[in-house]
Amino acid sequence: MALINFENVGHSYSGKQDDYALQPMNFRWKDGGAYALLGPSGCGKSTLLNICSGLLKPSEGSVSFDGKDVTDMSPEKRNIAQVFQFPVLYDSMTVFDNLAFPLRNRGASKSHIAQRVAEVAHMLELEDVLKRRASGLGAELKQKISMGRGLVRDDVSAILFDEPLTVIDPQLKWKLRRQLKEIHKEFGHTLIYVTHDQVEALTFAEQVVVMSEGEIVQVGTPQALFERPEHTFVGYFIGSPGMNFLPCEIDGQDAVVDGQRIPLRAEQASAARDCNANSLKLGIRPEFVELAGNQQGLDLQVSRISEMGQFRLVTALLGQHEVKVKIDNDHGPLEGPNINLHFPPEWICLYSNERLIQTPNEATHGH
Amino acid sequence: MDTKFADNRAWLLVLPATLLVFFTAMIPFMAVVNYSFQIVFSMQNHALIGWETFHEALTNEEFSGALGRQVLFTGIVLLIEIPLGIAVALTMPRTGKMVGPVLVVIALPLLVPWNVVGLIWQIFARGDIGLFGAFVNNVLHINYNYAVGEYSAWFTVVLMSVWHWTSLVALLAYAGLCSIPGAFYQAARIDGASRWATFRFIELPKLRGVLTIAILLRFVYSFKTYAESLTVTGGGPGTSTTFMTQMLTNTAIGQFAYGKAAAYGLLYFLIILLISYIFYIVLTRVGTNEGGA
Amino acid sequence: MALALKNISKEVGGETHIAPLDLELEDGSLNLLLGLTLSGKTSLMRLMAGLDQPTTGRVLVDGKDVTGMAVRKRDVAMVYQQFINYPSMTVYENIASPLRIAKADSKEIDRRVRTEAERLKIDGFLDRLPAELSGGQQQRCAMARALVRDAELVLLDEPLVNLDYKLRETLREELPKALEGRRSIVVYATTDPWEALSFGGKTAVLEEGRLLQFESAASGYAAPATVHVSSVFSDPPMNIIAGNVSGSRMQLGEHLTAKRPDTLSRLSDGDYLFGLRPEHLAPASPDSDRNRIAAKVDVTEISGSDTYVHFEIDGKPWVAVENGVHHYDLGEEIELDFDTRRLFAFDTQGLLLHSPERDVPSHDNQVERNGAN
Repeated sequence: MALINFENVGHSYSGKQDDYALQPMNFRWKDGGAYALLGPSGCGKSTLLNICSGLLKPSEGSVSFDGKDVTDMSPEKRNIAQVFQFPVLYDSMTVFDNLAFPLRNRGASKSHIAQRVAEVAHMLELEDVLKRRASGLGAELKQKISMGRGLVRDDVSAILFDEPLTVIDPQLKWKLRRQLKEIHKEFGHTLIYVTHDQVEALTFAEQVVVMSEGEIVQVGTPQALFERPEHTFVGYFIGSPGMNFLPCEIDGQDAVVDGQRIPLRAEQASAARDCNANSLKLGIRPEFVELAGNQQGLDLQVSRISEMGQFRLVTALLGQHEVKVKIDNDHGPLEGPNINLHFPPEWICLYSNERLIQTPNEATHGH
Repeated sequence: MDTKFADNRAWLLVLPATLLVFFTAMIPFMAVVNYSFQIVFSMQNHALIGWETFHEALTNEEFSGALGRQVLFTGIVLLIEIPLGIAVALTMPRTGKMVGPVLVVIALPLLVPWNVVGLIWQIFARGDIGLFGAFVNNVLHINYNYAVGEYSAWFTVVLMSVWHWTSLVALLAYAGLCSIPGAFYQAARIDGASRWATFRFIELPKLRGVLTIAILLRFVYSFKTYAESLTVTGGGPGTSTTFMTQMLTNTAIGQFAYGKAAAYGLLYFLIILLISYIFYIVLTRVGTNEGGA
Repeated sequence: MALALKNISKEVGGETHIAPLDLELEDGSLNLLLGLTLSGKTSLMRLMAGLDQPTTGRVLVDGKDVTGMAVRKRDVAMVYQQFINYPSMTVYENIASPLRIAKADSKEIDRRVRTEAERLKIDGFLDRLPAELSGGQQQRCAMARALVRDAELVLLDEPLVNLDYKLRETLREELPKALEGRRSIVVYATTDPWEALSFGGKTAVLEEGRLLQFESAASGYAAPATVHVSSVFSDPPMNIIAGNVSGSRMQLGEHLTAKRPDTLSRLSDGDYLFGLRPEHLAPASPDSDRNRIAAKVDVTEISGSDTYVHFEIDGKPWVAVENGVHHYDLGEEIELDFDTRRLFAFDTQGLLLHSPERDVPSHDNQVERNGAN
């Protein structure tokens, strides 16, 4: 296990400065942490992962493991394990031999191999198939064997996962997620997990690294990403549906959206005034909007209602802007073409140039 | 699927192809079967002699000798061409600007007609004036003359076949190698596998399908070799490079023994069919669970 | 046009893909087929389209028997999971292709292509080739092509399943609008109950080739005819626990007893299966008088806006859904509570007897008994 440090690491496939697949960045992967790299396709997350594993040499900056510069080192020298999107197996070998392969290549003793393989097979519930040939098994088992090959070496610095659950049946995914979490708890490896799926990232990781257009836009716990997105992209990308964003202006203690006033927290309003914000946006999650009594709060025009079982997803217009709201079915039917809503100030975020305006209070608690 | 169609007229579309196959393949074939049971002196004068020709085929040296040489030739050729083809494929570039030119160069021998290949080697390997033959004789000082020496003749026909056909194996293996996802190589690097282990445990198993086809094709082609060796050695010296097809031609056209030639031909065909079938069964089972791990 | 399947079934090589069933789709209606993978959705669609011939039964269009009629002669359009477009044609030509085959007049073609492209929000990409579009736009193009000629029957087989979740979210919202007000019968297959609910059409729930229920999505959700319907109609599925009522008390599972709520007063004493929605289990608040369950957290999944807490009751998997994103450790001991008035009741065969969300009609007019599991 190791502390992995990225110093000014950036990559451009063409070698040109203005064509970064990965913007130069500094990042420190804590020893034993469970990280997820989350972002849409083309955001640079796979590039970042390959730089970590050594399959790709960054065009700029340096990578170090426990203080030792490994930028020019090949993957096998770095002691990295990687699990790929599709199961990668040695078809002609038995499951046991597959698991033993990384150890045999490094000249481990027979007894050590037998002991490690047994441990990993137990952990992943592969004991029954150890003697079977790997090629005839189902996708779920195959992917577990791929994981097992990463786990079998006790000297690995980190295990990298590149969308490992793509080929797994939806109904089986959560079982594998649980096993991954158990493995992390038991072995304490540094795990880095790349995915474009929010469920996978938020479920798996202690720290989620959200990427967009070659840049890290936020690193935080799942809860932080949900409650205080530091970038509008995070607000949009996490949550179903994503956060509502409304262009606004600040007037006194209120945000003004198309002439309607929305009260803010005092420190928030002053922070927004202080930072000379341009293209100011107010963000609030559909989950946090509340129904207000008649003639109170904001007046919105309902444009659509979707039944979603326990709640209704209401799309309404605040002036020109769409707002999505989740309303619990216990509230009874909605009447009339209009709806009165309340935006609780504690759940309002303000964004300037797509970035969260931190209040003094938050900034000190920040990262 | 047990789908029933209301309108079965579509079957009529298959009719021309069926008729064509019937006239071009079945009728000549049945004629051969018919002749094989007869002794044919001329088209007007023939008599039914039953199994005699088959019996003769299985006992005389003419047939068994040619068959033995044929099996030996095919065996040697396969043993050289398959590994060599794989080796060539492994060294071919899979990305970059050189892919196109390399593919063209590798494919060139395949574009040359059979008898032209024979002609090329007939001249190239001549002991007196051929570049290769003269080099062996005069520089390496090895006595080499395919028209006289049995070993020289064999060496020449085998070398010629390897030159002509290794490209086919190489191209097939190359296509197979190109279809292996990059992740497999990356995983092998991360697992610390040596180059040999990568070949043995990733590339070779993934090539099983194309290699099955390559071996089958090369078996069938080389078992039917005719023009190449005939052009160079004429089947000699003596009968040392007279393979099955040439022996058949000699029997039918040289000796005018149509009945015997027909019987030989049938047996020859059945042998190819049988061996191809065995190859197919063995090769498709190797490396799978049914093959017995 | 109205489409009716009469006693239709399909067997392939001794395996039942569709058990005999009747289904009537009304003129211009939006219908959903809901079921897990391999539940028979695609098989049923192929029978409707005439791509496969049924083993038994008849397909009627406006009362006329069309069983065995070639697909080409029927007026059917289909959209698949894969994004299937003509790669060498522009988006415009792709959408226009069915109209060109039908030899429509070129002005008419232009008008309809543009209207359809606008409805599916790809009017900005008409000159592009499919390969130059994102996955979501490619699927929009395929849908526009299927919808443009107003075929009598439009079949959509899980068209959103290969899109990533943000695109799925937008299309799930836009599609019902794009499908509204057409003369076609639209049939839409999905595994996602939320898609069925937000589309709002009549929903046929399938399990292993059997039709379990065919009602509006909202009533299928609120009053699932069987335990299995309840599990395909919500994700995560309803928690099911065996129990009994006796007098004023009730027993749930092996360890939990509670007062029988007034909602269950109609049940006679005896054994039942009870269902509780994951959304109705919440972390216990200290002062509530609701019924408590102690749980050991197996794993938590976070869907983006909700936290799914997995745990076990009597060795059976249970799940609770909590709004927002919350953190629990593996193996953490927590207490959840719920309101017994929220319980669904099924008989021991799995047929619904009581729903807290809707009145349950008597069994005579429900799906026949073979639908139970």
